[in-house]
Amino acid sequence: MLDVAGLTTAYGAITALRDVDVHVGSGEVVALVGPNGAGKTTLLATIAGLLAPSSGTVTFDGARVTGAPPERLLRAGLALVPEHRRSFANLSVEENLRIGGVTVPAAEREPLLDEMAERFPVLGEKWSNPAGYLSGGEAQQLAIARALMSRPKLLMMDEPTLGLAPVLVDAVFELIERLREDGRTMLVVEQAATRMLELADRGYVLRSGEVVASGTGAELLARDDLFETFVGPTG
Amino acid sequence: MTELLQNLIDGIGRGSIYALLALGIAVVFGVMHLLNFAHGELITVSGYAAFWGLDAGWSWLVVVPLIVIVSVVTSLVIERVAFSRVRGADQFTLLLTSFGVHFVVSALFLLYVSASVRNFPRPEWGTNTYSVGSLNVEVFDTVVIAVTLVTLAGVTWLLQRTTFGLSLRAAAEDFDTARLMGVRSDSVIRGAFALSGLLAGIAAVFWLMRAGQTQPSDGIDPMLSGVLAALIGGLGSMRGAVIGGFALGLAEVLLRSRLPDSIANLTDGLVFALIAVLFIFRPQGIVSVPHAERV
Repeated sequence: MLDVAGLTTAYGAITALRDVDVHVGSGEVVALVGPNGAGKTTLLATIAGLLAPSSGTVTFDGARVTGAPPERLLRAGLALVPEHRRSFANLSVEENLRIGGVTVPAAEREPLLDEMAERFPVLGEKWSNPAGYLSGGEAQQLAIARALMSRPKLLMMDEPTLGLAPVLVDAVFELIERLREDGRTMLVVEQAATRMLELADRGYVLRSGEVVASGTGAELLARDDLFETFVGPTG
Repeated sequence: MTELLQNLIDGIGRGSIYALLALGIAVVFGVMHLLNFAHGELITVSGYAAFWGLDAGWSWLVVVPLIVIVSVVTSLVIERVAFSRVRGADQFTLLLTSFGVHFVVSALFLLYVSASVRNFPRPEWGTNTYSVGSLNVEVFDTVVIAVTLVTLAGVTWLLQRTTFGLSLRAAAEDFDTARLMGVRSDSVIRGAFALSGLLAGIAAVFWLMRAGQTQPSDGIDPMLSGVLAALIGGLGSMRGAVIGGFALGLAEVLLRSRLPDSIANLTDGLVFALIAVLFIFRPQGIVSVPHAERV
């Protein structure tokens, strides 16, 4: 479904990604792990069209989409749940979801809203509240629900548990597990690397902008050296 | 008491025009982070459209929609010709571009039309008054306030109830994330400039009806009033822009009427001093935009 080949992205003179190859097959859950500053967020931002790559290609669903703007990529079925959730704080929960479904025909938007309210009961309870007043866990659910409103073929998530209390981290992982059971194709950047690799079909380890290891979750988890070097102690 | 009520009505009338100008500035600032110093040029261009229309013998009934259309089209043309080329640039570049547009537009009228003031007839009803008890109310103020309220209600509906309005509010809060949700940047920016032009056009109708004249430098005063009102209200807040407009109008009228004649010409200076005091205590303006997320 997604093929990233030889992707290089730079911020001015600083190269943040160097010749990165990543593949996500239909129905797969792929983890992207690595230490801070490895280029994980840059990779997702480049795939999603927020950053222009210096070289390399991004192919999505058979079409070359390198450098395409985010609004076009979303219409093609590629959604990103950004780092720090980035809910629209001044918009209500409902409005956040509506903006998530802006690419969906109006007639299909209402059933989708009902589905989200049912699937995420806490959002249904706070339907008219400004998103800025949600707790971190609620805001993360909103960010994921908002992305689901576009009915994406590929859901990318950037650090979905960042800054959350442990109990909320559990809730987010349960949510990712549920999405996996639904057959969602996902590419997830996650700090809780061990847990994410246990859940994922495959994973990539990034360091200093380069892919330094890839394989199934089990294969990567078996390599303690990777975690001690790049991610920190497992657990 | 009567005098105070009279001043309040005058202030709200004046503030209505400022509110429309400030709201137009706030709408564009929201999506582009551009403090548009070229906004007043919409009044300049509209002023010449009004002059040529009235000079050709058209009535105000025809000239009013002409002014609004000219303002919207001018706003879109300025976006296309100037601002679309600096999208995403730093704020200093955007600021310089807006100043550039301001000077270019007034220079074009100076070079190719005339430096002299062009007069045109004010609407006949413009100076009519009616009495409410002991109050003597201008028909003009009443019309300005009524049209402004209807316009603000319409804009509120547009922003709250339409997909475009939702997209605009989302983009104003976080443009990149709005794009990630599928909001088309071109559409929302052009829509913002069209809405800004519409609001400036309505403000221009009243500004020009009251002035009865136009000249190449006509954009400066409305631009300053609009920008100041947007700053007073809190840049980034559309509600704040409207509040700022009314606050500025009321401050001007109340000060002018209350100051002794000997220092009445210091009104503008005192208004600026009041604004400076406001910014010392509330640098974010009257309305601050909340961005609270609890973890």
